[in-house]
Amino acid sequence: MQATRIRILRRNALYHLLVGGLALIMIYPILWLAASSFKPNDEIFTNAYSLIPSRFVVENYMSGWKGFAGNTFATFFGNSFFIVTVSTIGAVISSALVAYGLARIQFFGRSFWFACMMVTLMLPHDVTIIPQYIMFAKLGWLSSFKPVIVPSFFAMPFFIFLIMQFIRTVPPELDEAAKMDGCSKYGIFFRIMVPLIVPALVTATIFSFYWKWDDFINPLLYLNKPSLYPVSLALKLFLDGESLNNWGGMFAMSTLSLVPITLVFFLFQKYIVEGISTSGLK
Amino acid sequence: MKLRDNNHIVGYVFTSPFIIGFLVFTLYPIISSLYYSFTDYNLLQAPRLVGLDNYKTMFLDDERLIKSFAVTFTYVFGSVPLRLAFALAVAMMLNRVIGGVGLYRSAYYLPSLIGGSVAVSIMWTQVFGDQGLVNSFLGLVGIPSSTSWIGSPGTALWTLVALSVWQFGSSMLIFLAGLKNIPTSLYEAASVDGASGIRKFFSITLPLLSPIILFNLIMQLISAFMTFTPAYIISRGTGGPLDNTLLYSLYLYRRAFEFYEMGYASAMAWIMLILIAVLTLIIFKTSSMWVHYESKGDK
Repeated sequence: MQATRIRILRRNALYHLLVGGLALIMIYPILWLAASSFKPNDEIFTNAYSLIPSRFVVENYMSGWKGFAGNTFATFFGNSFFIVTVSTIGAVISSALVAYGLARIQFFGRSFWFACMMVTLMLPHDVTIIPQYIMFAKLGWLSSFKPVIVPSFFAMPFFIFLIMQFIRTVPPELDEAAKMDGCSKYGIFFRIMVPLIVPALVTATIFSFYWKWDDFINPLLYLNKPSLYPVSLALKLFLDGESLNNWGGMFAMSTLSLVPITLVFFLFQKYIVEGISTSGLK
Repeated sequence: MKLRDNNHIVGYVFTSPFIIGFLVFTLYPIISSLYYSFTDYNLLQAPRLVGLDNYKTMFLDDERLIKSFAVTFTYVFGSVPLRLAFALAVAMMLNRVIGGVGLYRSAYYLPSLIGGSVAVSIMWTQVFGDQGLVNSFLGLVGIPSSTSWIGSPGTALWTLVALSVWQFGSSMLIFLAGLKNIPTSLYEAASVDGASGIRKFFSITLPLLSPIILFNLIMQLISAFMTFTPAYIISRGTGGPLDNTLLYSLYLYRRAFEFYEMGYASAMAWIMLILIAVLTLIIFKTSSMWVHYESKGDK
């Protein structure tokens, strides 16, 4: 008995060494980024591997926060939160409506629109970027938040798909019973379906938050004034011209920009993991 | 029957956001993109029809495009298989009941969740910079190095591949969910028959997981072909050094929004669309050879 126990212990130790060690390598760069943001500017690249600053400083955060051309990171974070909030609300509500329509209502052309949705899901966006830009330019929407926000209000295929998967697990008898009681389709959706699919809506909200927070190419195309920059675009300025040597500020603001999404990850991990596992999509 | 209960009308009311969005933001752009691809258009003057000139230039007269194709293919076929292999290997390691597994899962998943951000791409430029993390560790183990992995033409693209492979976490979660659905009784039966671990992997795990692998392969290929942000950040928008990180999307962006060659860039987009469609079709068509569907033959 004793011998087998030792063998199991040894095997477990080996497992933790291997899997834990690899996990540490995986997150080391992130820890390094965060640690370096508290190092004095001249120390970041001496003994770069180290995670412990010789002196713990917050100057990097102050110098980084100052931002560019009179716009501080308060502006950039404000813009990011505005874009993320408004477009997420639009994307989740519209996607839920569409998902219910496609999953539960028998109407003429349903399978056709479902197919269109799946094709859009797989469509490389490169092919729509240029004509969309031309369209928004003609509408006079350049240098405004509109091109970044408005399309979200027209439902996003990934979220439609995700919510549909969830609606399919709700027994249709519930719909039938409500219909017997004289409930319209709208009533069924708002009173019965919405409360039941809250987990799917939360998952969609989280993913929308991530994608909009990280979105780079759309702000790069459409938000041409620093006063409109979200954080993702503002960080790029650290790599340009005059601010090139403010490594500390760059590390600090990069770290800060990861705080909201990392926080959401730890708070809502369950929803994220379930969302990925059930939809089979990132 | 009351109007508000007519399924056809109600159905279209519910799906109208998608239908309108699809027509305005997807279908119309695709069609106009096809039209622009046959024109010379710089946004200022009206588009001028030039027939197949853009396509001819692409194949006969644009060495950068050839380079960009080479870079993109290396990136896609270097990163996607490695990413899926890592995802499967780690998923199998995490598919057991042991203390700490939840923590490890989070650690492996976190990079893929935050990996799309500009902050992480910036971090990568410093990890592989001349005074960065990698060189610092190399110095620690007695291999002093001062090459900038980002700045050397030979290695720059591979830092992008590494960044992509590093984000295997979301595929890992999908595989993990798939692994949990494989009945343990299958493995027990195989053990009774004396099957080795390797045999079990190839006869049970891989076939039962193959539909999930197929779906993942396709989605990852498409998104790999579209990679833009890390290449833009790491090369500061140029695709350098010596065009070695000039991924197709980045080249397309530069042709369209730096040189305002909307017609040419639209033609580039269409070639990419056709290429991805053909590739997806080939994978689907050949999938019957390696993808195992459980219901087959049962009915």
